[in-house]
Amino acid sequence: MSAPGPLRVEVGIPLREFDLALALEVEAGECLAVAGPSGAGKTTLLRIAAGLLRPVAGRVAIGEEVWLDTAAGRELPTERRRCGVVFQDYALFPHFSAWRNVAYGMDGQRRERRRRAQELLERFGIAALADASPASLSGGERQRVALARALAAEPRVLLLDEPLAALDPDSRRDALRQLHGLLAELSIPVLLVTHSYDEAAPLAERVAVIDRGCVVQAGTAAEISARPASPFVADFAGAAVLYGEATLEPGGLTLVRLRGGGEVRSTDEASGAVAISVFPWEISLQAPGAETENSMLNRLGGEVDSLTPVGNRVRVGISTPQPLGTEVTARSAEAMGLRPGSLVVAAWKATATRLIPLTETSRG
Amino acid sequence: MRLRSGFGLLALAAAAIAVAFLVLPVVAIFADVSPGRLLDALGEESAREALWLSLRTTLISIAIVVVVGTPAAYLLGLRRFRGRALVLTAIELPLVMPPAVAGIALLAALGPHGILGGWVEDAGLELVFQTAGVVVALVFVSAPFFLRQAIAAFAALDPRQLEAARTLGAGQFRTFATVAVPSARPGLAAGLALAWGRALGEFGATLLFAGSLEGVTQTAPLAIFSEFSRPGGFVSALALSAALILVSALILIGVKLLGADRAVETGPREEWR
Repeated sequence: MSAPGPLRVEVGIPLREFDLALALEVEAGECLAVAGPSGAGKTTLLRIAAGLLRPVAGRVAIGEEVWLDTAAGRELPTERRRCGVVFQDYALFPHFSAWRNVAYGMDGQRRERRRRAQELLERFGIAALADASPASLSGGERQRVALARALAAEPRVLLLDEPLAALDPDSRRDALRQLHGLLAELSIPVLLVTHSYDEAAPLAERVAVIDRGCVVQAGTAAEISARPASPFVADFAGAAVLYGEATLEPGGLTLVRLRGGGEVRSTDEASGAVAISVFPWEISLQAPGAETENSMLNRLGGEVDSLTPVGNRVRVGISTPQPLGTEVTARSAEAMGLRPGSLVVAAWKATATRLIPLTETSRG
Repeated sequence: MRLRSGFGLLALAAAAIAVAFLVLPVVAIFADVSPGRLLDALGEESAREALWLSLRTTLISIAIVVVVGTPAAYLLGLRRFRGRALVLTAIELPLVMPPAVAGIALLAALGPHGILGGWVEDAGLELVFQTAGVVVALVFVSAPFFLRQAIAAFAALDPRQLEAARTLGAGQFRTFATVAVPSARPGLAAGLALAWGRALGEFGATLLFAGSLEGVTQTAPLAIFSEFSRPGGFVSALALSAALILVSALILIGVKLLGADRAVETGPREEWR
């Protein structure tokens, strides 16, 4: 199959509370993750690309081939787009066995289709389940059948709608690893939509964070984590976000007086209203009065007001004037004797403190 | 449910009464007529003719109902449009219509003096006192039973599965035939059984619209009534009834098997890690 060229999607469609207005381009062999909270318009975007929904205004093209152009009145029906889709709940055909699900989009004789379906199932490590009915498969197995089915039809584009959301945490880790390997092999554009930044980051070469129908920031996951463009992006990417007023200090640091009290310093330059973002792994929790490394300029003290175990970590909410959330390992939470009401100090470096200047229009 | 409680015993008694009351008349028919006399009675030309006519006309009407009704139900089940509730109610109206009223209504529509009577005549069709008229009456009274079930079955489909088929290159018809119909099969089969049962038992509409001509429009239920009205004809009425029960039971069982969820062949399943 010849290289399909980039997928370009431009849409304008009024949703219930806002307009979806996006323009995206995905290179062949690249995976672009569109990440955003529920209701941001992600699935709508995917359905438009697949031809399952027609926008008021939009254009979808793969290389030179135009799938949709509302201005020119052109629309190719879904079944002629060769657009592989893995649906959120996989949408396997319940009355077909695994291999017949996979073979559904193939042409040719039954024997030949069976052989090719079997090959694909083997590639996904589930050849032994070829004759199983979807109802008897686990979530992870269903996800693999759905992927195999989408790829069996030799699609020109692969669209993944929350491919990991329906899985339990253990299968999600396996599926993430397998999906990562698969995406590296594919030479077609892959568009992934997810509500989880943690899923988007390891799978996609580029991430476009969308909120209320617009791309608020696009770039590599590393760029977005390092330089979140807005408090929303910082929060979505998992950082703790605080707000304050910045002034430049002699000596090159920026001092931020936090709303509600307290101050932090950053190596970023800014003045005026700012949002501060710092990732949980940069924050160290200490007992009050403990000796601290000199480089940890920023120290905010408060009471622990919530402890939420997440796997082998514990999410700690601290009642600083602006609530601050961070994470520690379950072991260190134990060692520190953390419980609701404990007094702690959250400390982090000025170099790990990102400042996001707030303009009038920014949310916050 | 626990049976050794006050309510449990009450429910058990209610179930026993219900089953007994429904089964007793059926058993009585077979108890009242010895197998020998049953065969004798069925050996009569008129009885065989009536049964054969019933089988033929119901088969043709059910085929028409399924072939036209399945795509129609697919559309009505999946599409949401203004006035859909009204259309569904209109379709179900014959369900609650007394059969005699259905016969009169058909005469008013398609009879020689009906609103489409001239058109029917121009088309060279004869319905009244003709076997074709029986088929029209059967389709009219049985179609709602099938449509109702089929619409509900299609409406309950997961629309994602239909969309998945289209992303895999299946056009509208292939999606309908290979995904929608197999998924809706239990509901379709239930509708088929109900509709066929209704058609086999049809009496009033056929009598009023097509008449009761031996060999032409006298189906088994009409023949039973005609025998019953004849002095000394009770035994042949009984024999014909027994035969009709057997045919209905066979159809019911056959259709239930059709609708049963075939287990997908799974083979020995190995644990995969």
